[in-house]
Amino acid sequence: MQQEIIQTLITYITTQILKQPGRQIAPAEALISSGLIDSFSLVDLALFIEDNFGAHIDDTELNADTFDTLEQLAALIQGRQ
Amino acid sequence: MQVSAPNSPPAFSPQETVSRVLLRDYQQTPDTVSVYLLDSRQHDSPITYRNLFERSLAFALRLEQAGIQPGAVVILILPHSADLICAFFGAILAGAIPSIMPFLTEKLSPDQYRSSLSALFEITRPAVTITYPEFLEEVLRARGEQRLPKEIIVAENIPTPLDNDFQRLPGLLADPDHIVLLQHSSGTTGLQKGVALSHRSVFNQLNSYSRAIRITSEDVIVSWLPLYHDMGLIAGFLMPILMRIPLVLMSPFDWVRAPARLLRAISDHRGTLCWLPNFAYNFCAQKIRDRDLEGVDLSSWRAVINCSEPMHWSSHQMFLERFSPYGLRPQALATSYAMAENVFAVTQGGITSPVVVENIHQRALFDNQRAELSNDADLSIEMVSAGQPIANTSLRVIDSNGKLLPDRQIGEIAIRSDCLLTGYYNRPDLTEKAFIDGWYQTGDLGYLANGELFVTGRKKDLIIVGGKNIYPQDLERLASDVEGVHPGRVVAFGVFNEAAGTEEVVIVAEVDDLQPGIRQLTADKLRQHITRNSDIALRYAHIVEHGWLLKTSSGKIARAANRDKFIAEIKPTA
Repeated sequence: MQQEIIQTLITYITTQILKQPGRQIAPAEALISSGLIDSFSLVDLALFIEDNFGAHIDDTELNADTFDTLEQLAALIQGRQ
Repeated sequence: MQVSAPNSPPAFSPQETVSRVLLRDYQQTPDTVSVYLLDSRQHDSPITYRNLFERSLAFALRLEQAGIQPGAVVILILPHSADLICAFFGAILAGAIPSIMPFLTEKLSPDQYRSSLSALFEITRPAVTITYPEFLEEVLRARGEQRLPKEIIVAENIPTPLDNDFQRLPGLLADPDHIVLLQHSSGTTGLQKGVALSHRSVFNQLNSYSRAIRITSEDVIVSWLPLYHDMGLIAGFLMPILMRIPLVLMSPFDWVRAPARLLRAISDHRGTLCWLPNFAYNFCAQKIRDRDLEGVDLSSWRAVINCSEPMHWSSHQMFLERFSPYGLRPQALATSYAMAENVFAVTQGGITSPVVVENIHQRALFDNQRAELSNDADLSIEMVSAGQPIANTSLRVIDSNGKLLPDRQIGEIAIRSDCLLTGYYNRPDLTEKAFIDGWYQTGDLGYLANGELFVTGRKKDLIIVGGKNIYPQDLERLASDVEGVHPGRVVAFGVFNEAAGTEEVVIVAEVDDLQPGIRQLTADKLRQHITRNSDIALRYAHIVEHGWLLKTSSGKIARAANRDKFIAEIKPTA
């Protein structure tokens, strides 16, 4: 299940945010603290997660302290489904 | 063509200074709330004029203790907070010159931030930096061998003075022609060009601009804009505080994560005025859910003013369509052309009549540099007017020889006013270059028609992303740090993204090793390096083979030509 979530997130992030569909993202790779996902795209990511996984992420949680990797994000989503 | 507006009776006297206005507000309206500072949970902390003056006084006395001399520069590196506001005014009360620097965000590499700070310190030679405890280490490292700034003040445990012996403060004795603040734009290039403004220029701007937007005591200004940028610093900070207009202020960091907060704040505080860069119209229209707008009432909003990057009518329409069900009125849509060198506004559109929008013949625009009206929607582009000059400001459009151009002919915009910069701080060379016969040469291109200004582009290769000015040479220099990327074989430029309503940054680099794996790796490294070391997120990192980039006859990379080639070959999808 977590694998599926991670794969869906990778597809979304690489095609919609990075516009680099061939890009791979490792589950433990830093997303926010590395600047891979810029602040303007964080709202998009939260809306995508809500629409596709039914998990709400509050705007005050959109920072590297709450999640910085796909693994952490997938765990957060699973915990809220 | 040259246009001027009639002079206006001043609201502030020509002898006014910021310190004296603050003192008067403190004495006359101590219990009036000046700023409602919103936190990330939408709770607000009201700051009265008494709080503002007393806390600023505390900073002023602390600066005196540190041996600050009148006219010395104080760099402020603080998050959006009451401390930032009061440290700013405290420096002015102490007779010093404050300059606000962006705060280090989590994505920025500390190394790069430190070298930006060093570049800033070298030119401005600040006496003091005020910062937060967690940031002390960075500032200490950035000051390097010159040990400038000499003094670093940590903005905590600053005691509130017991005896308010403020009458002798140097700031209260300041001359209106003294420099009151410095404003920088971003990047290594921008940090070396601090715009120095006098009290007189600031108050002349406030007099003219408040009149242009018909400010009254009924107004409430709402802003999420950063204070290190002219739009946020003047329209969203100094103007309301000094004119006793309530200000509802939130952090850009909070807004970008929850754009609905801006609309909620307007609704809760019956906000009337707000300034936004063009991309924010798209951002708000696209990223706010209906549930976040429940109960929001925007009927109090009398002007939302588009400013600081190229304006697009489609962005206005998108915004209006999204928010008119919540009470936003079409006549609230307004525009402005502004720059730090004129304190803030040069022109104002809307407010008393709808913003002028023209359909311009596209071919004539590109081929003849003429803006001819067209009836054919397919062959034309919509141009949004930035309005007419504010009082005591003249503008003209000139050709490369400085000759006045007729109406509708595109040329460089030059301005003359009573609120221009004193100079680029410690850079007389740059100041001299910027003026011809008393006219400030903006570097922006545009045309005049019936007294209205239309801005069409830029003379210099400047990229404007979300209202932030980015110098491509800074990005190209950074790109050359990446393994496999070489100086002179890399180019940076902006490409307009219709959906986002702003430019997105593209970097094209020639590399020798074109194996797919290496290519991908270089693109990744490039993206990461630029994103972590600049104020922008790199959208397109494009790796090409040797010989792809177009050069001028003198062997320099031609940015505009390469931009056209990129769009033609690799048209980016929105």
